[in-house]
Amino acid sequence: MNRYTRRTFALEAVMIAVGAAFAFPVYVLVNLAIRPTSDTSSPIRPTGDPTFANFTGAWREAGLGGALINSVLVTAVSVVIVLAVSALAAYPLARSIARWSRGTFLLIMLGLILPFQLSSLPLYQTVRDLGLLGSVWSLVLFYAGLQVPFTTFLYVGFLRALPRDFEDAASIDGAGPLASFRYVVFPMLKPITVTALVLNAVAVWNDFFTPLLYLSGSNQQTLPVAVAGFVGQYVSDWNLIFAALLISIVPVLAVYLALQRSIINGFAGGLKG
Amino acid sequence: MVALGATRRRATAPWWFTLPALLLFTFVVLVPSARGIYYAFTDWDGLDPDLAVVGLRNFTDLAGDADARQAIWHTLLIAVAITVIQNGIGLLLALGVNSLIKTRNFLRVLLFAPAVVTPIVTAYLWRNLLSPDGAVNSLLGAVGLGSWRQDWLGDPDLALWMVVLVVVWQFAGYSMVIFLAGLQSIPKEIYEAAAIDGTGAVRRFWSIVRPLLAPAITINLMLSIIGGIKLFDQVYALTGGGPGHATDTISTLIYKDAFTLGEFGYSVALAVVLTIIVAVVSAGQYTVLNRNERAAS
Repeated sequence: MNRYTRRTFALEAVMIAVGAAFAFPVYVLVNLAIRPTSDTSSPIRPTGDPTFANFTGAWREAGLGGALINSVLVTAVSVVIVLAVSALAAYPLARSIARWSRGTFLLIMLGLILPFQLSSLPLYQTVRDLGLLGSVWSLVLFYAGLQVPFTTFLYVGFLRALPRDFEDAASIDGAGPLASFRYVVFPMLKPITVTALVLNAVAVWNDFFTPLLYLSGSNQQTLPVAVAGFVGQYVSDWNLIFAALLISIVPVLAVYLALQRSIINGFAGGLKG
Repeated sequence: MVALGATRRRATAPWWFTLPALLLFTFVVLVPSARGIYYAFTDWDGLDPDLAVVGLRNFTDLAGDADARQAIWHTLLIAVAITVIQNGIGLLLALGVNSLIKTRNFLRVLLFAPAVVTPIVTAYLWRNLLSPDGAVNSLLGAVGLGSWRQDWLGDPDLALWMVVLVVVWQFAGYSMVIFLAGLQSIPKEIYEAAAIDGTGAVRRFWSIVRPLLAPAITINLMLSIIGGIKLFDQVYALTGGGPGHATDTISTLIYKDAFTLGEFGYSVALAVVLTIIVAVVSAGQYTVLNRNERAAS
């Protein structure tokens, strides 16, 4: 059972074929992104005379530099906020058995069911009235609130399985609640913090609907909105578009490849609760 | 050392720790959602603060609107199709890489990779691949299946399935990773004992693996069906809801009704319908799967 047999070899061949099929779109993406526009041969034929011109063109025309900075900024700030406020809230919600605690927890969990499509239109009006349309800070505010239910859910589940002896010891030693949270509880939450960090960062980075609403028509863009705007504008020049798509994918894939273990574990493990 | 139990201090977690999260949640989710539900019963146009309550008019309009009914149907069809196909493929992939093959680690990383990429970006990529002179048709021509070539996204009967294909391509690896975590939590001894007893592979899977995989199945079904119901980005980028209304979902109609037609009241009424579907599906799935999970363990 633990030997590499003929059947294992057959399975290996099948799985490599499946992997190749999954990778095929990415091959075409790269193949067309490095192809000069004058080359109109079949999209699956390897490009004979690769060029870098599409990348410089797309970078300049689509304003990807500014969008990249905005995406990094929005993702970093909103994820830090949501992790901090959710971990802090989860602490009493997991520890207290009072009625207010249970009620508050259920209220926040209600947010897991409410789809953002319902809140986004009324919130659009509020954001507009506050004069925040077209500002990336409206996005930070939005994600910081939107991701609270899911993140709190993760933290509460983890905290409930965590013994309270360390906090009690800190309390006996005279630590106040805030100090014992900051120096005793939060460090013990590290595994679930990594999971929550990965899941929130991917969700915020990839979101399209919200920035489409709040940033449309402004010169502030995140990467997904900049790419969508660029596709609309250069609808026939796919070599240029593919270069833009590739540029927008590279930072995500680079982080993924560098941190593959924690990222895959984050997706698989955190959801086991 | 006197009466240690009596003087022992329990650490307290004060209620005000919940305040920052609660404020953000209330401002971003709770209040706007409540307003959305209220606006669904008004003639809200997104601008005018003077609203008139119109009762159920938006909902009766919805019931009489063929486009809306069709969008609700598409939403459910897409959600079910994605759930079945993505999890079927995800499970097969998980079984494939949970073996002794030498490329298993490489394949795990490769197959999961699409799941972290921005959905709108992968959808634009596929829009080109599926175009009449795109790579899919070129590939079919190259392997002698030239007669299969067609305008995949331009055909109203096919376009919806292309949306499903793109989502499944992107997230099958996500299902795989969750199934894989479930498979790896099954103790090897149980499996080997059954193999020694001469239990066949199919029987082993059905009687041993499947019940122990119940938590992974629960999570996967939840994620894919709710994700499918809320689907927006992929439809927006691939077809924009077209051709005609052939691929419009509740989410694309919400967007169009509000931002191209200015019918905000009607649009939030659709969002309320979406909310009800999500709530019913979540509750139903939770009950059924919870019962099964308990029965299996």
